[in-house]
Amino acid sequence: MNALVLSTSRCVRAGSLLRPRTARLLCSPGAQRSPADLVKKDRVVVFMKGTPAQPMCGFSNAVVQILRMHGVDEYAAYNVLEDQDIRQGVKDFTNWPTIPQVFFNGEFVGGCDILLQMHQNGDLVEELQKLGIRSALLDAEKESK
Amino acid sequence: MLPVHCCRPSLGALTFARRLAHIGLQMEPDRPVEAAVRTKLTQALQPVHLEVLNESHMHAVPKGSESHFRVRVVSQQFEGVSLLQRHRLVNEALKDELSTCIHALAIEAKTPQQWDSNPTVGKSPPCLGGSKHDNTMADKLKAGRD
Repeated sequence: MNALVLSTSRCVRAGSLLRPRTARLLCSPGAQRSPADLVKKDRVVVFMKGTPAQPMCGFSNAVVQILRMHGVDEYAAYNVLEDQDIRQGVKDFTNWPTIPQVFFNGEFVGGCDILLQMHQNGDLVEELQKLGIRSALLDAEKESK
Repeated sequence: MLPVHCCRPSLGALTFARRLAHIGLQMEPDRPVEAAVRTKLTQALQPVHLEVLNESHMHAVPKGSESHFRVRVVSQQFEGVSLLQRHRLVNEALKDELSTCIHALAIEAKTPQQWDSNPTVGKSPPCLGGSKHDNTMADKLKAGRD
């Protein structure tokens, strides 16, 4: 079994003085990390092309930007371009043909289009609240009043 | 029984396409994937409004590719159905194309009531060149041409 190499990026809050951390490589030779396991490890999990610091696809970038707008700065991001097993594995897991794919508390939410609609209609703020994450947009709205 | 090539319209789809052509909807022979998408979504979802936009020119793929699409589907079948499930219905209708030649599919799925009350359209984000670094693209582009 080939070693499975995963990139996990921890995002820092936008505007922070800290530099974005570089992607951590997790090498687990001989140990398979399935999407089913990965989606349960963090409250917000994104399978994308590229990394949050350097997305390689406009749709993946849109997901990153939406999460950033809501101040979601701690999430696991897996770069499928670096691992074809994960790339196909997550598609099989969700029976969903495209990347990016977003998970909240281990549950598949959808891709870029769905996340964008949730952002536009206010559902994303609510869903983040269920995860115990307060959207930055609520604070922005409060300040503007 | 004719073998079905996933990226050429099937015999049934071609017959349907001729019927559509009769009522003024032209199927471009040099855009087989677009034709197949249009036909399959029409058959599966009976949309009251359907737009199939080939957005391949916005991405790092050769001119004339049929790899990146945006579909705008307005159907009564989406009534009472979650966003995720609506997208799954579209994905299911296009599963052959999605498993071979279509690399990206942006979906807007609305009920007629939603469309009437808010006919705003989405726009795909700018390409960040991911296809150039994607070693599966060559096969997909070939599948679209064959």
